[in-house]
Amino acid sequence: MAARAIWKGELKLGTTKVPVKLYSAVQDRTVRFHILDDRAKKRVKQHMIDPDSGDEVPTEEIQKGYEIEPGRYVILTKEDLEKLQPPPSRDIEIVEFVPQAKISQQWYERPYYLGPDGDEKDYFALAEALQHKESEGIAHWVMRNKYYAGALRAVDDYLFLFTLRDANEVILADELTKPSGAAPTQKELAMAKQLVEMLQGEFNPKEYKDEYRERVMEFIEKKAKGHAPRLKAVKAKRQTAALDNVLAKSIESLRKEKRAA
Amino acid sequence: MTFGLVSVPVSLFPAARSNRASLRMLGPDGQPLARKYFAEKTGKDLDADEVVRGYEVDKEKYVIVTDEELERLAPEKTRDIDLKQFVPAESIPPLYFERGYFLTPAAGSQKAYKLLAETMDKSGLAGIATFVMRGKEYLVAIFSDKGILRAETMRFADELRTPSDIGLPKKKEAPKATVTKFEKLISGKSKKQFSPTKLADKQTDSLLKLVKKKQAKRSNIVKVDEEADKDHKVVDLVQILKKSLGGKK
Repeated sequence: MAARAIWKGELKLGTTKVPVKLYSAVQDRTVRFHILDDRAKKRVKQHMIDPDSGDEVPTEEIQKGYEIEPGRYVILTKEDLEKLQPPPSRDIEIVEFVPQAKISQQWYERPYYLGPDGDEKDYFALAEALQHKESEGIAHWVMRNKYYAGALRAVDDYLFLFTLRDANEVILADELTKPSGAAPTQKELAMAKQLVEMLQGEFNPKEYKDEYRERVMEFIEKKAKGHAPRLKAVKAKRQTAALDNVLAKSIESLRKEKRAA
Repeated sequence: MTFGLVSVPVSLFPAARSNRASLRMLGPDGQPLARKYFAEKTGKDLDADEVVRGYEVDKEKYVIVTDEELERLAPEKTRDIDLKQFVPAESIPPLYFERGYFLTPAAGSQKAYKLLAETMDKSGLAGIATFVMRGKEYLVAIFSDKGILRAETMRFADELRTPSDIGLPKKKEAPKATVTKFEKLISGKSKKQFSPTKLADKQTDSLLKLVKKKQAKRSNIVKVDEEADKDHKVVDLVQILKKSLGGKK
């Protein structure tokens, strides 16, 4: 069944506009649990309480505050927050283009498919041009009363719009310092290189399955029928041998595996 | 974390700060509020030990699953990030990336940590693994980022839709002239580097401006006893990370 578009907009490159529809590219498959009242085994509700008195505070009495220093808040009224909302717009403004892979993985938040809204010619032409140029566009848009910054990219002939994290949100490695302590020796580095090369391959996402999700579902089914299997406790393991010994053993055992295969 | 038989005990820290503009829910007198579960029927508030996790197998029929069961369901994977494969770091499409974490070495594992980071840096490779944490399996890519290891959790392939799932039209050959027109538009607006300042969040900026204005006017300010709010602490992630990378607790 075809998915419903969650938003309609227009990609704006200078004076050229390409009308598009936006679809979520993600389909969450996490096993969803409900929080239950242990005694009644019924679903619980949530409310806000005053932790001192334990009394419920009804929604209409709740205020929103920004903490300026520990324990001091500036109240932002409903009117304040409404005024902060950006004016509605259909434009997805492309402010500039950068070479692909210049944006570190850390920035990417959520992918959306863009589909053509009406005219398909410009849509596929733009996708092709982005692929040729190996470029990615930096986009700004307003959706559901919120500003977004993101990246426009073409993957396998289709356009994607990614939301990117806010500039202040991401912690970059530049802000940190490398760990202290002893450096590995040349011999260890050479062995580690050999080990990593033996494990080198191509990224093939279909190879990785969420086996745990399947295991949890299977367990739930069995438990529902009243035959929950007994599960063993998990033990932690520790490494005690010297680094070069462990590296040598790793390489040896991988060789054996390859020979056996 | 392990590669081959080498184990590198690490701690995980989020690689992103929470939103600067996060607001707190306050009561009529400005007191910070707490979210609480309650039983609908009796209206009674419930503490953490009075609630359980249930999977709905039938309408209002639940199978209770405990934390212990969830942990025991994945003995070999729990808390063990086994790097079984290494792939070119830039070959992973951004569609997969979900959330980043910095890894810091546990006491005594600095050497193994540096060994892995340096090896990955030199080869331009990222390690791929799956592991289970807090009742969920994660697919992760481990990158060496200037000598610091960073894990990016990724979506599984079946969590991403395909163009046909969505019902997008099949690709149509676009006229050469139109493609060229777009290529020119791209070239005209191309920059060599990505500048994160392009991602400044205007909405947050204007919220902070308004806060400053109100603060200067001393309007709408409430003060609460810090003691009453001791569970709420603002953490400086960068400081914590620096300490942890430096081998201090």
